[in-house]
Amino acid sequence: MSTLTKQDTFSGLLESAPKNFESIRTLAKGSYLSQGIPAVKAEEYKFTNISKKLEQKITDFSPAMPLAVTAEQVKAAIYEGFEGDLLVFSNGQFLPELSSNIEGIEISLISEKTDLVLGSIAKPEKDAFAALNQASFQDGIFISVPKKTQVEKPILLLSFDQANTGQVIQPRVWIEVGDFAEVTFIDQSVSLGDSSYFVNEVVEVKGGINTHIHYYRLQNEGKNVTEVSTIEADIQKDSTFNSVNISLSGDMVRNNLNLNLIGSNSEGNMYGIYLLNGKTHVDNHTNVDHTIPHAESNELYKGILADHSRGVFNGKIFVRQDAQKTNAFQQNNNILLSEDATVNTKPQLEIWADDVKCSHGCTVGQLDEEALFYLQTRGIDKLQAKGLLLHAFAGEVLEKIAVESFREYCDSLVQERLGSKF
Amino acid sequence: MLSIKNLHASIEGNEILRGINLEVKAGEVHAIMGPNGSGKSTLASVLAGREEYEVTEGEVTFKEKNLLDLAPEDRAREGVFLAFQYPVEIPGVSSTNFLRTAVNQVREYRGLEPLDAVKFLTLMKEKMKLVEIDQKLLSRSLNEGFSGGEKKRNEIFQMAMLEPTLSILDETDSGLDIDALRIVSNGVNQLKSDKNATIVVTHYQRLLDYIVPDYVHVLYKGRIVKSGTKELAMELEEKGYDWIKEEIDSQATV
Repeated sequence: MSTLTKQDTFSGLLESAPKNFESIRTLAKGSYLSQGIPAVKAEEYKFTNISKKLEQKITDFSPAMPLAVTAEQVKAAIYEGFEGDLLVFSNGQFLPELSSNIEGIEISLISEKTDLVLGSIAKPEKDAFAALNQASFQDGIFISVPKKTQVEKPILLLSFDQANTGQVIQPRVWIEVGDFAEVTFIDQSVSLGDSSYFVNEVVEVKGGINTHIHYYRLQNEGKNVTEVSTIEADIQKDSTFNSVNISLSGDMVRNNLNLNLIGSNSEGNMYGIYLLNGKTHVDNHTNVDHTIPHAESNELYKGILADHSRGVFNGKIFVRQDAQKTNAFQQNNNILLSEDATVNTKPQLEIWADDVKCSHGCTVGQLDEEALFYLQTRGIDKLQAKGLLLHAFAGEVLEKIAVESFREYCDSLVQERLGSKF
Repeated sequence: MLSIKNLHASIEGNEILRGINLEVKAGEVHAIMGPNGSGKSTLASVLAGREEYEVTEGEVTFKEKNLLDLAPEDRAREGVFLAFQYPVEIPGVSSTNFLRTAVNQVREYRGLEPLDAVKFLTLMKEKMKLVEIDQKLLSRSLNEGFSGGEKKRNEIFQMAMLEPTLSILDETDSGLDIDALRIVSNGVNQLKSDKNATIVVTHYQRLLDYIVPDYVHVLYKGRIVKSGTKELAMELEEKGYDWIKEEIDSQATV
């Protein structure tokens, strides 16, 4: 029996919440308390026993305060070949002195934006963790790209996380993109040290009409990190939102990606790869909500699982009655490299319109033995042949990353992992 | 070069090869013929090291080494090449990168320096001519979306690149039109020398008009039941396999 109950678990967090956004926080707190930390029997967390994990790993349910980060640490953490602007965070809190001054883009603390309606995109009633974040986050970042601005270079959101006593880090991000603007974000977290901590992140993206937003995320944190993250975007008319999520490590990671297609001719693309070993558990829950006619969504998530790792994929496509002429495609493919690795995959299509094209498919299998043998008969070492095949499998997702330097960096991480571990 | 003695092999408990004996010397071309299900492809697979087959008896020596002890990749590095009956499509693996990895691993095993990009491309261009294969094809993923003929040509191209001492062509002619057959055979013939040997596995005699064998063996029920020269293949073409089957089956009942 879990001893975590909704009343006491995060009471420390709730008590230490800042006194701003009072009505927004109160609303979220109520929502959190009525939902509670999801137990295993909660359908949405059926395969991801987050409450048990938190009970085992988190000793201090209070906010982790920002730590000093040095310029050298920042320099060392930026991947080779990166060209763009930088926003640095420590335990979720913005560090302006280490960040770039990005011309033409408004960057502020959320606490300075008192009229911001937080939770209007990532609604607290949908998920207990999003509600908890909204009720108790310390501060966050507000990024606004003015209309008709084409931000040519990517913006790297670089977070340094460290909590020596198993505390809670709650990043909160609000991104606004004006009409006809285009921007690319790379979201990367670095664990300083091996300690356990819990990250509960919420990113809300409000796109204008005819915007093109790319959001790439690399999860390559410490082996003891428990994380729940929610990224939710409103995508308007004639706009595209591209998400690529790469998960390589952590203890238990749950990603909620929710795209709301609210304007015609909008497009939501969701791509992901999880390349796991040890006992890492990664759960990707995606939800695309087609509310209007003539919108499109594409989804491809791929998993390679070794050792005792576990992958969960739940892809929901929701096509409302008005959303005629919807095109929605979803695919989830997994390769298990060990008898002890597990995948739970579940496509979930709810279609209320009658003139739509939707497809989905999922596979769980082993490496193609015939292909492996073929490569071996050409003199290629078995281990290297496996690496070649797995790299090709992952490549289909990696090629969706449009920033060449970042794609190459991710590719090198994937190759390194495939070479060393599998 | 290759010596097969009393080779028995089974898959999932079914014995397919029931005592094969075969000697192949450098410079020779051997054709293995036989009706469907006689064990031709199994023999090719066992020699290349396919794991599903269990060798239950017998021995295979190749250049004085016990071939059956070697992993498939080491057999390839020693000089055994299998041209697949059904070449595998491998999406996402570029033909060129694959081949460069293969060539350099084979070279490393043979104590040769790896080829750099320029030398590799030069070699590739030279060998491409042999089988009239288009550069465009090689910039694509390995065999992905290739036609049947293109796949077979790619097999012979790989063979040319890897310079094996023993090539085993498993039903390389099946599904080829006359033009493709001519190109593929032409490639094989140009690669022939007095230092290497070829085993041609085929159901039909047609291929042997182009690749002329020194010896023809008929495989039936997992054994070589008849050996001869190319005239035997002609006879098979004319009379089919039934007379051999009858001959052998009647012996078995006696």
